[in-house]
Amino acid sequence: MDIKQNFFEFYGLPEVFDIDLGLLSQRHLELQKKLHPDRFAHLSDQERRLSAQYTAYLNEGYATLRASLLRAQYLLKLQGIDTHNESSAPMDPAFLMQQMELRERLEDAPQHADPEAELAALGEDVEQMMAPLQAEFCSQITVPAEASLHAAAAAVRKMQFLDKLRREIERLEDDLY
Amino acid sequence: MALLQIAEPGQSPDPHKRKLAVGIDLGTTNSLVATVRSGESVTLPDEQGRHTLPSVVRYLAEGGPEVGHDAYAQAVADPFNTIQSVKRLMGRGVADIKKLGDELPYRFERLDEGMPYLSTAAGVKSPVEISADILRTLQRRAEDSLGGELTGAVITVPAYFDDAQRQATKDAATLAGLKVLRLLSEPTAAAVAYGLDEAAEGVIAVYDLGGGTFDISILRLSKGVFEVMATGGDSALGGDDLDLALANWLVDQLGIAAGLGSADARYLTEQARSIKERLTDEPVVETLLAVAGVEKRVCIDSDQFGELIHDLVARTIRACRRALKDAGVSVAQVQDIVMVGGSTRVPQVREAVQQFFGKALRIDIDPDRVVALGAALQADVLAGNKPDSDMLLLDVIPLSLGLEIMGGLVEKLVPRNTAIPVAKAQEFTTYQDGQTAMAIHVLQGERELVDDCRSLARFELRGIPPMAAGAAKIRVTFQVDADGLLNVEAKELSTGVESRIQVKPSYGLSDTEIERMLKESYSFAQEDLVLRNLREQQVDADRLLHSLEQALIEDGAALLTPAEREVLQAAMMQLQELRAGSDHRAIESGVKALAAASDEFASRRMDASIQRALQGHNIDEIEEGR
Repeated sequence: MDIKQNFFEFYGLPEVFDIDLGLLSQRHLELQKKLHPDRFAHLSDQERRLSAQYTAYLNEGYATLRASLLRAQYLLKLQGIDTHNESSAPMDPAFLMQQMELRERLEDAPQHADPEAELAALGEDVEQMMAPLQAEFCSQITVPAEASLHAAAAAVRKMQFLDKLRREIERLEDDLY
Repeated sequence: MALLQIAEPGQSPDPHKRKLAVGIDLGTTNSLVATVRSGESVTLPDEQGRHTLPSVVRYLAEGGPEVGHDAYAQAVADPFNTIQSVKRLMGRGVADIKKLGDELPYRFERLDEGMPYLSTAAGVKSPVEISADILRTLQRRAEDSLGGELTGAVITVPAYFDDAQRQATKDAATLAGLKVLRLLSEPTAAAVAYGLDEAAEGVIAVYDLGGGTFDISILRLSKGVFEVMATGGDSALGGDDLDLALANWLVDQLGIAAGLGSADARYLTEQARSIKERLTDEPVVETLLAVAGVEKRVCIDSDQFGELIHDLVARTIRACRRALKDAGVSVAQVQDIVMVGGSTRVPQVREAVQQFFGKALRIDIDPDRVVALGAALQADVLAGNKPDSDMLLLDVIPLSLGLEIMGGLVEKLVPRNTAIPVAKAQEFTTYQDGQTAMAIHVLQGERELVDDCRSLARFELRGIPPMAAGAAKIRVTFQVDADGLLNVEAKELSTGVESRIQVKPSYGLSDTEIERMLKESYSFAQEDLVLRNLREQQVDADRLLHSLEQALIEDGAALLTPAEREVLQAAMMQLQELRAGSDHRAIESGVKALAAASDEFASRRMDASIQRALQGHNIDEIEEGR
């Protein structure tokens, strides 16, 4: 496949963190209507194959731009920083300490008197820690300086930790059902 | 004038001719075929005016199989040759069948091959072949009723069907000689049947309790686009289980010890089903049962029945809660609840669902027919009969796809509820010095251990040059098409050594097996087979030529230079000449050559259509994005 545009370009959106999510999903539907393989079901194999490739790219783009963490990671990647696949990066010790405490709470949650409520509370706390990190990322990524880019990457690394925690909370919640 | 020469009358498909397309609900208990006639979706009856076809096939020592009502009538008398609920066996391995245990009164064969084969009077049959016999019957019914050959069909599958089950369904269609326009999930089809009439917007929950499966899907409807947000359920829970719970209770009431014959078991299941259906309208049901030498009058009221099925219904509600969570919507955001499947007539089921969602349920379309009706509406659009239709159905994969990594763990590449089609790539490396091959094990499921997931396929990438551990880079790409079917490709990046497979379930039918069965199923002579091949290639050639003609009219001047146009038109002429001949292989390679020659044009058209879709928006916005 040879689609040269990045996801922002593909959706005709500015390359920023604060995108208009309503506009994104509106454009997603408009593009789906043009590109989806079902639009080519009665046409040639070639057009169907091509449309499947475009739609796969479209779907990946939508999933990436829609989720704040993925969008932040993608913006960094466009700047040449891959925080998703890097093996290890130095982290702020105070932050790590806090993470360990949260993990202990997570481990104890199933034994809690009301595990469902405890997990929900933990989830709330994670979201509250996520918000300032997003704001930090958003303000740093717009500054065209090396130091700001690294500060933005540091914020994303923290968001990755929290996101992992978020998914583990979800898994425990699934187990409770 | 070149265009006119290319579009000689009678050689290209007539764009104004209405294509015959159907929607097929291939159900566990009953199947249906529907089509759009004068703008309205209708199910097609058989000669006796019966719309539902029992999904029952009876194999006889002589002659073709009996399918439907006749077979059903013999189910008790001839249990081993009469196959019911074959959908439960589709895409299943022997281990799954063993789990179902005594519930299936059939004789299984070749258990060592992984795929369950059933022994019948007409020989050994695979679930795929049995399903193909049901599809053939529906196809014949549709062709008789519509008076022509079908262009294609939309076949519905439970949203929760994994890759193996979808592949088996598609194989059955291939075997029956049906072109599959799309495998569509049943809940989406049901939403379409409701949604189009009312042009609704908002979040819809589709609760589908069929004969053998339970699905819950959360969809968003917006301007004709149905987007599946999340789907969940249980592919081994259905109305049959309600019957079974009641049948087990009947066994207790009758005081019969275990070890009932399969005919007796069938009798009791039949009785249970009939009691269940009567309890929909009557508060108390009394029946005289006569089985295994015991005769007894049994009485049950709806509260007792409610208790018997309570746990089963509660399982469905748990799945609803999880699907809402996956979709990221609250119960209050759900605007409509569409009920699908005959078992949603059970009052206890309706009460539980209504209580959970706190809203009135949609039950105005016959829950047994709603899926086929929706599938027919989509088939009509996909066949090209409604070029102006805005309807589009966006689906997701129901279960995560992944690969086995060290330690018997599964690394997920495509998480569940990812929108399809999708392509995902990930790089892996070797873990031993000088390693020259890598085993790739493809799995589907939510659990972390390989043993807890469904194994879809295994293959090996060979010819990796010997390097230090961790030096080789192997990229594995998963591609899932709009039908939810997976293709896997592995590539060693430094040498370009490649290996790709169309994922076939470990215990599924191989392509050669399907081809062999297809050949066997043709009652006509070899020349007919050649003719059939020729006609198929001609249709392919026509389709490509026709699309290109249209494309040239629409975008030829804007997107191609005069020179490029000439090259393309020459290639089209060439295929046109080949098409007039009778060598199907030559036509096939001609189609491939023209497809390659027009690839660039097709890409440019896609790009142009993206630009057109984005236009009408603020130009500055788009410029800013650059």
